Amino acid sequence: MTLRKFDFYHPCSLEELYELLERYGNRAKLIAGGTDLVVQMKEKKIAPDAVIDLLGLTELQGMDRREEGLRIGATVKLSTLENAYILIEQWGLLASAAHRVGSLQVRNRATIGGNLCNASPAADMAPPLLVMEAMVTLSSRKDDRRIPIESFFIGPGLTVLRPEELLKEIIIPPQPPHSFGVYLKLGRRKSMDLAIVSVAALLTLSPDKKNCKRARIAMGSVAPTPVRAIETERLLEGNTLNEDLINEASRRAEEECRPISDLRSTEAYRKEMVGVLVRRALRQALMAKV
Amino acid sequence: MKHSLVLLVNEERYELEIRPNRTLLEVIREDLGLTGTKEGCGTGECGACTVLLDGEPVNACLTLALQAQGKKVTTIEGLAKGGILHPLQEAFIRHGAIQCGFCTPGMILTAKALLDKKPKPEEIEIREALVGNLCRCTGYQKIVEAILSLTHSSGKTGL
Repeated sequence: MTLRKFDFYHPCSLEELYELLERYGNRAKLIAGGTDLVVQMKEKKIAPDAVIDLLGLTELQGMDRREEGLRIGATVKLSTLENAYILIEQWGLLASAAHRVGSLQVRNRATIGGNLCNASPAADMAPPLLVMEAMVTLSSRKDDRRIPIESFFIGPGLTVLRPEELLKEIIIPPQPPHSFGVYLKLGRRKSMDLAIVSVAALLTLSPDKKNCKRARIAMGSVAPTPVRAIETERLLEGNTLNEDLINEASRRAEEECRPISDLRSTEAYRKEMVGVLVRRALRQALMAKV
Repeated sequence: MKHSLVLLVNEERYELEIRPNRTLLEVIREDLGLTGTKEGCGTGECGACTVLLDGEPVNACLTLALQAQGKKVTTIEGLAKGGILHPLQEAFIRHGAIQCGFCTPGMILTAKALLDKKPKPEEIEIREALVGNLCRCTGYQKIVEAILSLTHSSGKTGL
């Protein structure tokens, strides 16, 4: 499986990168780990004239804590995320979601920015970032604009990124204290598989654990983009988290999601499994010590 | 247009001129003649092309060769030293962990990266590390046993 010819660039400054983006526009593809891009090029789904390597740009690297929250550079590898101590305290579900991607070999190359820009409805990084209400910084020569991750995706493989823009970083705000987060992914096998459905949940319970003060739930592989389960969140918030409410929320999530049938699963099975994963996630929240 | 590429493969320095559309796997096999690294699926599913890039296992079939610029690459040919096999290679032979042999270079390199980081992993950690290496002779049990045998103190005992 040979790749078609293309020009290759390895810019070492954003300035250089902006220039290339302006020159090539849609004819260029940005590469980080290449675990999605190279596959698409091999399968001849795309044939860019230029491939621009992002791994030389320091502005896209590293993680650091800021007043506004945690900043994660777009080219941070998933294997770095799954082992990152800085995530443990408040942002741990991102680490567990990173661990669920592909294999060690894939995670050693794949990046958080690549996972998001590939914009698969099954992108494992998306549901955790949705429930944590992360922001993304989109950068071009003209300006840097910051938007909620929720408005980043517009369809399978499609994002709001303009041809002259790149995803620079992800900012995750501090999460409320006493919150419990979990990411559950259902595949045909434990590893090396895309999600049939996935669910991320982030719940803030009252100290006696009776009242659900705040609920954020997001789902993968059930719509053209990763989505929040807004109705299910509303049902949970302000109510007593018990078995009845959990069952009701699980049914609500089933009704709320809009999956399709494809080679990985039928619509009906996906709906039912969304219910199962939401129920599991909520039960875990109820049992967790937070 | 060709680009110049410097690779440090198995502690040897190579200076090459290559086109950007070459994968690291193609360069290793075709330009360097190191055919121990295999191409299975070519899409990052099977792990037969696993090499260590700066000590970390990656799929060479999905890595553009130019993205390995200046990096250290370890292939299966780099494990034996002075005609003496690496302990992992010995263990695979001793435990019958090789059938057709196609997955073996990848299996051994992934296992090496694990043991370099954690000399005494639990069985579950070995199995988790190997999820990206498929064996179609269904030899997983013996492969895991071979790796586990090196985690005992003597390094020679069986299970």
